[in-house]
Amino acid sequence: MATRDIALTINGRAYQGRAEVRKTLADFIREDCGLTGTHLGCEHGVCGACTILMNGEAVRSCLLFAVQAEGADLRTVEGLADGDRLHPIQQAFWENHGLQCGFCTPGFLMTTVEFLRDNPHPTEREIREGLAGNLCRCTGYQNIVKAVAAAAEVLAAAKQGARGRRRTSGHLPAAVKSTPRRRPKVRRAGPARARRRRSGGTTR
Amino acid sequence: MKPAAFEYYAPRTVDEAVALLKAHGDEAKLLAGGQSLVPLMNMRLARPGVIIDLNRTRGLDGLREQRGVLRIGAMVRQRAAERSALVASRCPLLRDALTWVGHPQIRNRGTIGGSVAHADPASEVPAVLAALDGEVVVRGPRGARTIPAAEFFVTYLTTALAPTELLTEVRIPALPRGAGWSWMEIARRHGDFALAGVGVVLALRGRVIGDARIGLTGVGPTPVRARAAEERLVGARPSEALWQEAADAVRAAVEPDGDLHASADYRRHVAGVLTMRALREAFGRAAHTKRKGRGRAA
Repeated sequence: MATRDIALTINGRAYQGRAEVRKTLADFIREDCGLTGTHLGCEHGVCGACTILMNGEAVRSCLLFAVQAEGADLRTVEGLADGDRLHPIQQAFWENHGLQCGFCTPGFLMTTVEFLRDNPHPTEREIREGLAGNLCRCTGYQNIVKAVAAAAEVLAAAKQGARGRRRTSGHLPAAVKSTPRRRPKVRRAGPARARRRRSGGTTR
Repeated sequence: MKPAAFEYYAPRTVDEAVALLKAHGDEAKLLAGGQSLVPLMNMRLARPGVIIDLNRTRGLDGLREQRGVLRIGAMVRQRAAERSALVASRCPLLRDALTWVGHPQIRNRGTIGGSVAHADPASEVPAVLAALDGEVVVRGPRGARTIPAAEFFVTYLTTALAPTELLTEVRIPALPRGAGWSWMEIARRHGDFALAGVGVVLALRGRVIGDARIGLTGVGPTPVRARAAEERLVGARPSEALWQEAADAVRAAVEPDGDLHASADYRRHVAGVLTMRALREAFGRAAHTKRKGRGRAA
């Protein structure tokens, strides 16, 4: 049986393993690297649940063989949050009820990371087109679209803030001030119980 | 939903790839973007004994214009072509058609050459190639040859490629100066396979149409070139009535299959409607370019 040594980076950490050449990258990430946040729905490229970033590009990890990712730099849903602090896109999905069962969510999140990087100020139509490669059977998409629009605003404000900080060195423009104000409010809204559920939802 | 076992090779050069094809013959399958092949393998509808992965093969990712022809390496990703300034300015029909190929995640991996070699009858790039009289360059044990689009697409998922040949480059004539273009498509959801799609290029000569190209997808076993409609257009004065005549000629020329998603009649009807809309849009763009001057129709 044909096997190969595979070395790659996921979320900044190096992983090594040996796998059959027919093993999909999705299975390698889940079984060999133990990162089960990447979900497998259809396993033939339709549902988008297994979307990850490979060298910065959103790809379906069920349609790649692990051997093809030798040397690649991958990012999965586990790489989004900063410790206990959700990524702004995750936060926006939570606040806007952009998920119910959560199975499709990792794929939506990773698709959104690339989408908003390439198109930071999308229209609703562009959001719907950008997410057309991901299926959700619970939400009816409305709240997912809302979440992505909300995440776009937060990310744009943060970016502007970062630029403002560099420029004014200490004097924060209004757009930045809104960011720290949001966070405590959200923490209050999410007591320990909800936080546990949240971390369970991302299967960390 | 796991592929059957196979042997795996990742040749570094086209020559190595051709040698592997020669050694393994029908057993081997070339892996480009994998966005059509791997689903078939996962579902075990395809069980190639040997996979020849072209993703690390050098010399297949060029994208340039030479003497009015766009030369696109077989492994150029659809997304890269879609974002290329050269493609946008020299072959906007291809750029617009590419935005309909699958979803962004698919186009990040999917390749121009893979799309052409797979020859799905509902795919976009083959229709663009057919409309614009493109060519493909293939390499085999006996060297390279060039095949015109009209001869390349044989029937459903079948091309003129021999089992030992590898598609290396796709060539598409650039948009003539002053010409207008349009891609129109109907799919159940953006990114799904086309129920019907049409690509049009129109060039004006004075007050009449100097050149017309119409290529369709989703309405036959291969991309369809609507030559009767083109002939009706060339030399005629643009008008809504003329677009209607061309659309009728398209409806008469196509023989779509019906399936779960759309009946044959519906597809034929939509092919006509889309042709009307595409002619209108292409004419608008051509006229606009012309009024700005330099309206030499080719």
